[in-house]
Amino acid sequence: MAVSKFQEVLNSGKFVVTCEIGPPKGTNLDKMQHHIDLLKYRVDALNVTDHQSSVMRFPSLGGCLAIKERGGEPILQMTCRDRNRLALQADLLFAYTRGIRNVLCLTGDAVVIGDHKGAKGVFDLDSVQLLRAIRQLETGEDLGGNKLDGAVEFCAGAVVCPEADPIEPQLIKFEKKVEAGAEFFQTQGVYDLEKFAKFMEFARQFPVKILAGIILLTSVGMAKYMNANIPGICVPQYLIDELAAAGKGGALRKGIEIAGRMIATIKKERLCDGVHIMAIGREELVLEILEAAGI
Amino acid sequence: MKSITKQKPFEEIERSLRRFDAVFIAGCGTCATMTATGGIEQVAAMQERLEAIDKVVTGSTVIPTACDEMTAVLLKENERAIRKAGCILVMACALGVHRLSLYTNKPVLPALDTLFIGVEEKPGQFREVCAQCGQCVLGETAGICPLTACHKGLLNGPCGGTNNGKCEVDKEKDCAWTLIYRRLKLQGRLDLMRQYHPPKNYQVVPRPKSIKLG
Repeated sequence: MAVSKFQEVLNSGKFVVTCEIGPPKGTNLDKMQHHIDLLKYRVDALNVTDHQSSVMRFPSLGGCLAIKERGGEPILQMTCRDRNRLALQADLLFAYTRGIRNVLCLTGDAVVIGDHKGAKGVFDLDSVQLLRAIRQLETGEDLGGNKLDGAVEFCAGAVVCPEADPIEPQLIKFEKKVEAGAEFFQTQGVYDLEKFAKFMEFARQFPVKILAGIILLTSVGMAKYMNANIPGICVPQYLIDELAAAGKGGALRKGIEIAGRMIATIKKERLCDGVHIMAIGREELVLEILEAAGI
Repeated sequence: MKSITKQKPFEEIERSLRRFDAVFIAGCGTCATMTATGGIEQVAAMQERLEAIDKVVTGSTVIPTACDEMTAVLLKENERAIRKAGCILVMACALGVHRLSLYTNKPVLPALDTLFIGVEEKPGQFREVCAQCGQCVLGETAGICPLTACHKGLLNGPCGGTNNGKCEVDKEKDCAWTLIYRRLKLQGRLDLMRQYHPPKNYQVVPRPKSIKLG
């Protein structure tokens, strides 16, 4: 019996599609709810970011509850940046009681890159330890070795950076995450599918599902910015040229086309088990990306 | 191993001295002299700056090692000048500030921020090497401490923020786990990086730490 609808899809052999939902900076949930309603039946799960880029926002847990209330399948993102092991475990217990069954474990960006630069970064646990914490809670015991009155059960995942340089330390950590109990991985945004295929040759040895990260390109400037500033992302020159050729007004349409084309290729060639689409604040465009991909 | 300090912004020092017209300055002949934050020259410069804002400097001294018992002797020697001062401005690390506060009833104010315990890599360049965590992992990390050298203090390998072997928060700074990886590989001990490190026991030594050796 699957722990969640998402886990059931992961194990069914179907091409899995998830996408990201960015919660608001504030209490106005209209836009987020609009995105949830647009996408909840079009993708297999909605993955809510947890203070992405260390920018304080409405919590992932709150976003996941909104998805749940509206009939969607949420994936709770949990970073180790803001909470110690007590708070992380407590949030997992709470999430479980509210029907949230999927968790994505991340270390979290450094505090200093966000909008509260003087805050204390916690990092009491790291992503590998958080995965193990989940598996320990499932045995009915907390990290302190104390018995729980009611355990949890989660479909747990993590993140991997297939284009990092050097790659071997990332692959070692990937293996540690697998050993710690990760069932699925979503990757950092990939653009070079040949390189990605090479990573998949390695990843295929392990009994985990891999969802390729698809980040929507919206302009030449954005592609260049990501190349310069976002670790592990490399937009090849031919894609930048393609965006440039589309002109200022056409770059976004071209970005949607590129994302759709990549998804279609990944699906057709069975490069991996599915995709995770990140439209970064333009979630309504996920529908058009799916259309462009023929999904 | 040295206590690495940096002078506080002068505005902050000025603010802390606002209720005192007369000040006695104490520097330190050890770490703060080496870091050029509390030696003879810096104490003289501080005296000048304070006089420029109309403070009376009743006297000054550079204590050989502000964190040991010689401090009591030096305070005694300067008793008269200290008596005339409203407070003592200390240009030493927090250990010196603390030590002085044990021997006098005058307010003791730090002029420096204590940054870390570290080593001098090249003249004037200091690097933290130990967080004094009480549970040393250097044997498994090729002598590089991930608690201090990794911005997030990660124990199980690099985060996804590392880029070309550099740290997410500073493109000039080496990623600690890339360094650890390279050295372990060189030593033929990469298996150590595959080992799982459980969550750290941050209470391994209680705070404030105190221990009787021997």
